[in-house]
Amino acid sequence: MSITSYNGSALIAMVGKDCFAIASDRRLGVNFQTIACDFQRIFKIHDTLYIGLSGLATDVQTMHQRLQFRHKLYQLREERNMRPETFASLVSAILYEKRFGPYFCEPIIAGLNEDGTPFICTTDLIGAKQLSKDFVVSGTASESLYGACESMYKPDLGPDELFEVISQALLSSVDRDCISGWGGIVHVV
Amino acid sequence: MECLFGFEGNGFVVVVADTSANQSIVVQKTTEDKITCLDSHKLLGCIGESGDRVQFSNFIQKNLNLYQFRNGIPLTTLAAASFTRCELATALRKAPYQVNIMMAGFDKRTGPSLYYLDYIATLQKLEKGALGFGAYFILSIMDKYYKKNMNLEQALQLVDKCIWEVGTRMVASPAGYIIKIVDKDGARLLERRGRPAEEHGDPME
Repeated sequence: MSITSYNGSALIAMVGKDCFAIASDRRLGVNFQTIACDFQRIFKIHDTLYIGLSGLATDVQTMHQRLQFRHKLYQLREERNMRPETFASLVSAILYEKRFGPYFCEPIIAGLNEDGTPFICTTDLIGAKQLSKDFVVSGTASESLYGACESMYKPDLGPDELFEVISQALLSSVDRDCISGWGGIVHVV
Repeated sequence: MECLFGFEGNGFVVVVADTSANQSIVVQKTTEDKITCLDSHKLLGCIGESGDRVQFSNFIQKNLNLYQFRNGIPLTTLAAASFTRCELATALRKAPYQVNIMMAGFDKRTGPSLYYLDYIATLQKLEKGALGFGAYFILSIMDKYYKKNMNLEQALQLVDKCIWEVGTRMVASPAGYIIKIVDKDGARLLERRGRPAEEHGDPME
């Protein structure tokens, strides 16, 4: 199996009306063996910024530790939280540092700008940023996720409806992927 | 054909490892202890490449002792597991340690905990887990028979069932097992077991 599908993962982030939602599956597996059903893939950077990391679990944990460190240092120096675009650039730079020996994870960044407008973006494993106006997906189930999101998504959804849409899109896609699933977690901000 | 498994009970964690030390087709030793007591209330079960296994578990043990000497208090189980994960992760892209680990500990404030740490430094807190070839059998047995908050007697019955399954259904199964426990009174050896003899009968019945 390929290295990015060793542990299995599925992530979505969606934009709503002055809100965003980010969701992931909870399975941690080793090839086809399931180890845990409560693995954390979405991490809070600050109150209005979340990052979801798909791919190899060890790199998910390493990236989270490195990004948390950099953000805490930023907070100490600048005495404020990082803006989502800035954080996305930071993630991209950290990933590209390892261009010829990369971290095998594909992050999704979701946050609210200072004016309350939602921001989502994804990068590939070497830091190529991709901004989006509606939704971004990542993980082994990404092909199903694209299909499900494309058909279920509507612009300007409120928080409750957005929660329903993102949950249904996640659950229906991971049901078609044997190495992701075993539950889901959704954060709506 | 190693196996390492562990699970949480009511106020304790049991860790079981096989005691065989093999080199290709030769059984060099049948009384090898693969579970290290890191400090008074922590156990590190470690299987994998023999040199890495001994070197890495001693390295972690000495580093945790150093922390305690310098700071006057021992690390919590989560902190020790995170430290171990970082050592594995740093070495991963240079000279990886080929060891799979189950770390168990008892903290005064949070009680017993068990951590799974595989050779590529994936850390996960678990209630029950297994590593090695034996895991293919043990995980299914634990899925069926494990209950939360088991007492020691029930826990040992579950250990019996797991050892029986590996002994009967795995080719080249280990000759013996070592069972260690960690609870509020500390980390200690519970018992050593041999391979289940056929006369003893099936503990599943």
